[in-house]
Amino acid sequence: MFPFCFEWHWDLGHMVFHGALWYALSILGIGLTYAAIKSFIDLKKGGHH
Amino acid sequence: MDSALIPQGVKRCPFPQFALWIGFLSIFMLWAVVAAGVAWIKGLNTTNLNDYFGFGAWITADLAVIALGGGAFFTGFMRYILGIEDFKHILNFAVIIGFVCYSSALVILGLDVGQPLRSWFIFWHANVHSMLTEVAFCISCYFTVLTIEYIPLVLENRQLDKIPLVHNFSHNLHRIMAVFAATGAFLSFFHQGSLGGTVGVLFGRPFGFREHFAIWPTAFFLFIISAMACGPCFTILVTRITELITRKKLVKQNVIAKLAKVSGWLMVAYLALKMIDTVYWAMVTLPNMGVSVMDMYPESPFTIWILIAELGFCGAIPAIILITEKGRNNNFLLVPATILSCFGAILNRYVMTVQTLALPVLPFDKFVNYIPNWVEWVTSLAPFVYLALLISLSYRYLPVFPQEKELNP
Amino acid sequence: MKEEHKEGAHGHKEKYKYGMVIDLDKCTGCGACMVACMTENNVPFRKDESNKLVSTAWMRVFKATNGKSYPDIDVCYFPRPCMHCEGEHGHAPCVSVCPATATDYNYETGIVSQIYTRCFGCRYCMAACPYHARYFNWWDPVWPDKMEKALSPDVSPRMRGVVEKCSFCFHRFQRARDHAYAEGRREIREDEYQTACTQACPADAIIFGDLNNPEHKVYKLKKSPYAFRLLERLGTNPKVYYLSTRSWVRRAGDNYLAGERSK
Repeated sequence: MFPFCFEWHWDLGHMVFHGALWYALSILGIGLTYAAIKSFIDLKKGGHH
Repeated sequence: MDSALIPQGVKRCPFPQFALWIGFLSIFMLWAVVAAGVAWIKGLNTTNLNDYFGFGAWITADLAVIALGGGAFFTGFMRYILGIEDFKHILNFAVIIGFVCYSSALVILGLDVGQPLRSWFIFWHANVHSMLTEVAFCISCYFTVLTIEYIPLVLENRQLDKIPLVHNFSHNLHRIMAVFAATGAFLSFFHQGSLGGTVGVLFGRPFGFREHFAIWPTAFFLFIISAMACGPCFTILVTRITELITRKKLVKQNVIAKLAKVSGWLMVAYLALKMIDTVYWAMVTLPNMGVSVMDMYPESPFTIWILIAELGFCGAIPAIILITEKGRNNNFLLVPATILSCFGAILNRYVMTVQTLALPVLPFDKFVNYIPNWVEWVTSLAPFVYLALLISLSYRYLPVFPQEKELNP
Repeated sequence: MKEEHKEGAHGHKEKYKYGMVIDLDKCTGCGACMVACMTENNVPFRKDESNKLVSTAWMRVFKATNGKSYPDIDVCYFPRPCMHCEGEHGHAPCVSVCPATATDYNYETGIVSQIYTRCFGCRYCMAACPYHARYFNWWDPVWPDKMEKALSPDVSPRMRGVVEKCSFCFHRFQRARDHAYAEGRREIREDEYQTACTQACPADAIIFGDLNNPEHKVYKLKKSPYAFRLLERLGTNPKVYYLSTRSWVRRAGDNYLAGERSK
């Protein structure tokens, strides 16, 4: 899963697979973080949808 | 008693009646928890699995619930990516079904492995060439997506929604839901396919092996299409059952009919491709391995009738009903069609896993039978009870069906 | 010893390619290979071993007949270790499917290994293996009183919930290599690395060695017109060869369509 695991190889298979995986995980992580931060900001502004 | 939690403007049954129903479902769930506990504590020797049937009821249940839960990703795909607005009226419900299906699949996978505490090895020491690795990653990620899709619905509960931060969070999640749905669709296309790929790559098993297209066996593509076809059918079926139990119309007929139509045409496409695939497998793949197609259907229950049942009774018949306007608008035809379609998917997942293992490959090896025991049966059927439980709770306390108020003034 | 270094398709150095040739005309089905294997590799057993579907035998002797009735009946015993399939460039059926990289194809020896502490028991490899050479530990191993003292210290016992299989007595390879290195040699002699089943066979039916080395017996035997491998047509590319002068036995080693000519 990480380059420091000994079975990791810098080959096409690993780059494609883990590239797609980390891409998906990043989107989920960034999305959730955005929603959480935006909610706090909205709260501070006193906004209530 | 719990009226403060019930969405405004809708009617629900009295609390004691609801509690009784939940209690009844919980008894079965408790039984399933005991069965899971037995398997986890005492090991897989408490099942009827053996060295010839390393995969059995659990793997069938796993593949089946993931296929049936395909309605969530596909409805989301059609709503957010293709922009078909009608499906927003059934999307919440499809998400709940998907959430149940995928969480069940993860628990069953956890049961099915010999050393559950080492399950994280599949991520840490991932073999990127294994279809199972792809399945594990995608299912876990997609379950996260389903949770993200389910959370806003939970937060829309009347009491939770009063909290400003919760309300804002739910609102902000809704705003970017298309991004999550797109990620979910991407993950789903891959893992539905990889589940087919797990069997399709087994070149030591003639029954399961399929020729490759690029790096994927044909089963990869067939599993995606069959999940896209049967997933919505399961969503329709569960909607109809919920409407029957609640004695209310919850989703407008045009939405159901549209979903049924999409499902029907996908079934037609699936059947056509599956036929081509089966013929090629029978005429080219198998003879190259030295076996004939009839060798693959040697004895009960694995006779040629299982193929006819899968593609004919549970394939062609529901497909014809679903693609005809009269068929999909008549409940007496629509409901049996969705049942047959779902059963077809379950049957397909069963033969692709269990039959693949059941057929001896060595000419001097013998055919062995396998019947799951109570531990396997109870835990394999538990997802359906869990589904009833979560739907009951969600329906009572959350605004699951946007059209409910309009349809039940 | 002549050293052969073959370059694999993936650029891996194939120093050795260990394999077996089993003469089925010599095998009497006595099961000594099975017993030797169990003892050598600390293979667990239970009080009641009558259910063969859950009992472990890295080396298992299958019985095949020509399907005729007495007096024309003929019997053949197929000793079946792990075939250590090479597949296409080391993509053995089981190796490519393992999600946790718990089974590995060793390009130096051609041996398919199983990492017990890495395996989490998904059994996908068992589904992939058409030879049923892989076994799942349905129970934790329990040996009769005091027998633990007789276990081999070179082979780790396996816990419940993991898959195990024949390793071609890989610990013997390690021991032989250490020995050779200690003597300043870089090559292992044929007699220095032999599996337990090979040595236990009273009929000398099992021959073991480096399939790439022309000086090893297996090199010549695998080229015999009577040699065949199990389920060759599937493309598993196994490293265990069988010998038999009986045509029905050779035909029993693979699947053929009715009327199709066998090897």
